[in-house]
Amino acid sequence: MRFVDEFRDAEKARALSAKITSLCEPGRQYKFMEVCGGHTHTIYKHGLEDYLPENIQLVHGPGCPVCVIPMGRVDDAIHIARRPDVLMTSFGDMMRVPGSGGNFFDSNAEGTNIRMVYSPLDSLKIARQNPDTQVVFMAIGFETTTPSTAMTVLRAAEEGLENFSVFCNHVTIIPAIKAILDSPDLRLDGFLGPGHVSTVIGCRPYEFIPRDYSRPVVVAGFEPLDILQSIYQLMVQLREGRCEVENQYSRVVPWDGNIVALRAIAQVMELRPYFEWRGLGFISHSAMRVKDSYADFDAERRFAVPGVRVADPKACQCGEVLKGVLKPWECKVFGTACTPETPIGTCMVSPEGACAAYYNFGRFSRQRVREASHSS
Amino acid sequence: MSAPTDREQQVLDRIDKARRRRAKVREERVTLAHGSGGKATQTLVEAIFLDAFRNPLLEPLEDAATFTAGETRLALTTDSFVVSPLFFPGGDIGDLAVNGTVNDLAVSGARPLYLTAGFILEEGFGIEDLVRIVHSMRDAAERAGVDVVTGDTKVVQRGKADGCYVNTAGVGVLEHSHALGVATAKPGDAVLVSGPIGEHGVTIMLARGELDIDADLESDTAPLNGLVADLLGAVDGVRAMRDATRGGVATILNEVAKAADVAVVVDENAIPVRDEVRGASELLGIDPMYVACEGRMVVVVDGAQADAALAALRAHPLGEGAAKIGRIVDDPPGLVLLNTAFGGTRIVDLLVGDPLPRIC
Repeated sequence: MRFVDEFRDAEKARALSAKITSLCEPGRQYKFMEVCGGHTHTIYKHGLEDYLPENIQLVHGPGCPVCVIPMGRVDDAIHIARRPDVLMTSFGDMMRVPGSGGNFFDSNAEGTNIRMVYSPLDSLKIARQNPDTQVVFMAIGFETTTPSTAMTVLRAAEEGLENFSVFCNHVTIIPAIKAILDSPDLRLDGFLGPGHVSTVIGCRPYEFIPRDYSRPVVVAGFEPLDILQSIYQLMVQLREGRCEVENQYSRVVPWDGNIVALRAIAQVMELRPYFEWRGLGFISHSAMRVKDSYADFDAERRFAVPGVRVADPKACQCGEVLKGVLKPWECKVFGTACTPETPIGTCMVSPEGACAAYYNFGRFSRQRVREASHSS
Repeated sequence: MSAPTDREQQVLDRIDKARRRRAKVREERVTLAHGSGGKATQTLVEAIFLDAFRNPLLEPLEDAATFTAGETRLALTTDSFVVSPLFFPGGDIGDLAVNGTVNDLAVSGARPLYLTAGFILEEGFGIEDLVRIVHSMRDAAERAGVDVVTGDTKVVQRGKADGCYVNTAGVGVLEHSHALGVATAKPGDAVLVSGPIGEHGVTIMLARGELDIDADLESDTAPLNGLVADLLGAVDGVRAMRDATRGGVATILNEVAKAADVAVVVDENAIPVRDEVRGASELLGIDPMYVACEGRMVVVVDGAQADAALAALRAHPLGEGAAKIGRIVDDPPGLVLLNTAFGGTRIVDLLVGDPLPRIC
């Protein structure tokens, strides 16, 4: 298949892997964070870690947009959806993210009408078809999906739709990266920058990372060879003593981002003073809300939202796991209060999260899996 | 990799203990995940249905129960069909309902004989549509060589059902001596599929019209009894067959790994997937391994007879695209491992519910 297979060539992967290995300094451990959940998925899906030497470790970052939504916001969404006149729409993978009393599927079993859509524009279609129903779009995601929500609000305003609003949970990536960088016990050697987010915001926003924190960043694409190539670029920078932002995903990511998309966001949304992230706590200026001028399309203003904060249990140490300070099993609630069936933190919510993966398969070392899969 | 420390081992032991605990339904109400064929379905079936009905015939949770009546060995199965839309490229709820039950009998090693048909119809449902569905059932039954010999009809108020639901049950006769069952898989066995995977599931997703994706795809719905008869006639080393419906091939392979306490190793490059299915799956962020088929089966066969089995499958029109996709090894027990096309390895787990399109 074109545009896919050429980025999954095992032979090229072996060549890159050898080059990466040759750049490793003996005795040194390398930890790179892939910021984006999409990267984590690629790494997992293709078994990419098999191409990395033992002393390079990938740390899964905070960039899974559904996993970072805290329980309180899920509860608020369900509260809105419980109104008899409301039909809520949501992206598919949000459906399974737990609130304090269950997820959207559980809520539907109790009578709410939360439907899966593939684009916020589908919600507009539903709103037009059901003029007597309040259609609320559960807006989530980083800068990747924010523009489409903004465009949808603009479209709704243009059409004068009165039964459409968004429950805005859009988050921004830079403050989350900064929160991790500010951690006193940071043990990361570099970052794979989020490719999709960067198609919108460009590469400039990462320039503070090499400048102020002396860590290299390579904005990476989502095919497995993209990720290997980006790791190689990070290793070259470390070897050459350079520390800068590089753009591996230049076939898609413009250095200055997408001006039209950024303008749409700026027209409709503004930064919240602070927002809670599951497992990471409150981070200032880390999320968007609908501007006053579009208040009619803001579900938080249209409907009363309790906004009760559901505290992460004190012992949840997601932040430490995300920062690569703790291994999943070292967290105090791992495997007891926090399991894949009853997840507390981000790392347990997504099946690819570090904790969920360890819970399910930690008993098998990678080596044992690799040996078994190559045995005859 | 170094051995786990004492504390890590304690944590791993605790998880292992939790894993072995009896399945328990935590939810207070049924959710859609309970119908997906993944982990949630398994928990519901084991904790509620198996717990209440427990008996030696039900316990293996095979596609059909097999038992002896007088001198005759029989297989019995049932299946309900709630597909939406009712009509889709390549088929409709009618032929699906016949083929589904025929296939559950066939993969149990039985020759399907008779079917029952139960209809739950919603007030207002078009008679023309009903006739279309019933005629397609008649044609599918004829193709499979079975008769629909008894049935039932119920009509519910408008809004209490979605147009038309169909239930079929079937009885078949076992005429050979193969001891079939996923628990009999052994290290050294080969794993085959009878054709390209995921076509039915992707066709249905596209037919719902929510995706604005067009593809030249049809459901693979078909009766497998002829194919199974040819296979069992050609080789005596077949250990198990399963039709890869809900949950797809990945779910079947997990069932094999767990029931037989073996590992299943699969080569991604060897899995037949049509480009249309691959493309749609890539766009949606789902894995064809978990997507339903309605006319494909997974076969576990003695490794020494893999080539003969493959030849027998390929000689039949429904098995032309058959392929050997993997093998059974002894360690690590209970796991399905995938050698990815990219050259890595990963574990293929059961999904909790339906595969959900990803935003990230």
